[in-house]
Amino acid sequence: MGKKNLIAVLVLAIVIALFPLLVKNDYYRSIMVFVGIHAMVTVGLALLLVYAGQISLGHGAFFGIGAYTSGILTVKFAANPLLALVMGIVLVIIVAYVIGKPSLKLTGHYLAMATLGFGWLAYIFFNEQTNLTDGPSGLIGIPQLSLLGIELDTDLDYYIVVWLLLLIFLCMALNITRSRVGRALRSIGDDEIAAESLGVDTAKYKIQVFVLSAVYASIAGSMYAYYLNFVSPSDVNIFFSIRLVIMVVIGGMTNVWGALIGAAVLTIMPEVLTIFEDYDVLIFGGILVLMMIFMPKGLGSKLASLETLIQLRHSRRRS
Amino acid sequence: MTLSAQLAQYVISGITIGCIYAMVAIGFNIIFNSTGIINLAQGEFVMLGAMSMVLLSHFHIPFLLTFLISIVAVGIIGGLFQRLVIDPLRNESMIVLVFVTLGVSILLSGSVMFILGKEPYLPPAMISSQPIPFLGTAIDPQYLVVMGVTLTVVVLLTLFFEKTILGQAIKACSINRMAASLVGINPRKMIFFSFVLSAVIGAIAGIVIGPITMMEYDRGPMLCLKGFAAAVLGGLGSIHGAVLAGLMLGLLESFGAGYVSSSYKDALPLIVLLAVLFWKPTGLFGVTEEREI
Repeated sequence: MGKKNLIAVLVLAIVIALFPLLVKNDYYRSIMVFVGIHAMVTVGLALLLVYAGQISLGHGAFFGIGAYTSGILTVKFAANPLLALVMGIVLVIIVAYVIGKPSLKLTGHYLAMATLGFGWLAYIFFNEQTNLTDGPSGLIGIPQLSLLGIELDTDLDYYIVVWLLLLIFLCMALNITRSRVGRALRSIGDDEIAAESLGVDTAKYKIQVFVLSAVYASIAGSMYAYYLNFVSPSDVNIFFSIRLVIMVVIGGMTNVWGALIGAAVLTIMPEVLTIFEDYDVLIFGGILVLMMIFMPKGLGSKLASLETLIQLRHSRRRS
Repeated sequence: MTLSAQLAQYVISGITIGCIYAMVAIGFNIIFNSTGIINLAQGEFVMLGAMSMVLLSHFHIPFLLTFLISIVAVGIIGGLFQRLVIDPLRNESMIVLVFVTLGVSILLSGSVMFILGKEPYLPPAMISSQPIPFLGTAIDPQYLVVMGVTLTVVVLLTLFFEKTILGQAIKACSINRMAASLVGINPRKMIFFSFVLSAVIGAIAGIVIGPITMMEYDRGPMLCLKGFAAAVLGGLGSIHGAVLAGLMLGLLESFGAGYVSSSYKDALPLIVLLAVLFWKPTGLFGVTEEREI
C-alpha cells in the first residue's frame, strides 16, 4: 500500500472513529452515512476512470441493481437481508460482465454512450417492472440489515458498518493501484495501444476493474436500501450516475483519495447549502464544465503543479 | 378501430418521431464530421428550441418571428458552446471532451429548469390542430409539418454541402483538415459553423415536435441517446444514413409500443443502440473507415 497511503488510511480511521464521539446529532451522522455510501461507489469508479481511463455513465444502474435486489428479495420473498445483499453482488457480477465485455471494446464517446444507454435501460426496468419494483413510487418496507444476529437500527450502526466497508474497499483499491494490476491499468489509461503492444492483456484488466467497481456500487446500493428502508427509480437514474462521475472528477482524477473527497464534497454541499435543493442540476453542470475548462487534468494536477512550482522556486533560491 | 386505421396511425406516428431522431442524428453527424466529437449536449438543442418557443409565446409576436428568433437564439448558443468550451479544449484528451459536452448538457437543462421550472410545456404550433381524416383515422396536421420540415431540412442540407462554398469548405475540413487549411480554409471557423448548424437543426426539430409531445427541461438526454442510436445505426457521419436509421427507429418504437409493450417503448431504441455498438459499430449503411478520433 505504501507508507504515505498507510498513514493516510490510519488518519482516516481515527477520524472515522472520532466523528461519532464528537458529533451526537443524528442528522449529521446520517449525512456521513450517505457520504460513506457514495464514497464506496466513487472509490471503485476512480479505479475505472482515473487508472484505466474508462468512462462509465452507468454505475447508478449497478447501485440500483444492488439496492433493488436487496429490496425485492427481502420485501417480496422474505429473504435474509445479508443473503439478499450477496445475491445482489452475484447478479451485478453477471450483468457487469455481460455489459462490460462488449462495451469496453469501445472507447471515449462510444463507451460513454453505451454505458449511458445501459443505465437508462436499467432505469426503465426499475420503473416499468412494477410486479417486482412497485414502479415509479418506489419500493417501501425494506427491512433493516442484521449482522451476526444484531439488527442495525440506528444511524450510528449504519455509520459504523458503511465506513468499515469503505475502509476495506479503500485498502483494496490502494493495494490494487500499487500492484502489477494497478500498473497495467495505468498503462491502459495512458495509452491502450502501447500497453497492448507491451503484452498487457488490456481486455482482461479492463473487465476486471469494471466488474470490481460494479460490485462496490452494488454493495453501496444494498446498504442504501437497508438504511433508508426504501428505494425508488429516481434515486438510481442516469443523473445519479452522472453525479457519481462528477464526484470522481471533482476529486481530481489523480488517485483514489480524490474520489473520497469528491464524494464528501458533493454529498455534504447539497445538504448544507439550500440553494442546491432547487438548482442542483444547474450547479452540477456548472461545476463539471468549469472543472474541465480550467483544470482539465483535475484539481489534483493543479495542486501537483503548484507543488513543483514551489519546489522549483526553492531550488532556485538555494542555488 | 380497423386494422388499417391502426396500422396507418402507427406508421404516421413512427415516421414523425423518426424524423426527430433523424434530425438529432444529423446534428451529431455534422459535429462528428468536423471534430470527431460526439456532442452529448445534442439533445439539449432540441429541448432549447421548443422551450424558447414557449418563452417567446408570452410576447404575442407572429409565429414566423418566434420561429426565427428561436432558431437564431439556439444557433448562438451552439456557437458560444464551440467558442467558449470546445475551442479552448481542442487539444485535450477525449475524456475531457466527453465530460465537457456532458457538463454543457446538464448546464443547459439546468438553466431551463431555473427559468421555466420542472413542468412540461406545450409550445405553440405552426398551424391549427384541426385533425385531418386519413384511412379511417384522424391525424394531427402537426405530424405532416414535422415530416415536411424534416424533408426540407435534409434537401437544403444536401444542397448546402454540395452547392455552396461554405458547405464545401466544411466538407473539405471533415475529409482532411490539414489539406483544407493548406488551400486557405480556416478549420476552426468551419468547426464553429458546424456547431451553429447542428444547433439550428436541433432547434428546428424541437420546435416542430414540441406541439405533439410537449417539452420539459430534462428531455434532452433521452433525445440525445435515441438520436445517437440513429446516427450509429445509419453509420456515423452519413446524413442520409441518419435519416433512414432515424425513420427505422421511429417505426420500431411506435410498432413496439403498439404490439409489444407501451411501457417498454423507450427501451427498444436503447436496445438497438447497444446491439449496434456491440456488434456493428460502423452501422448498417456505414463504410468501414478508420478515423482519427
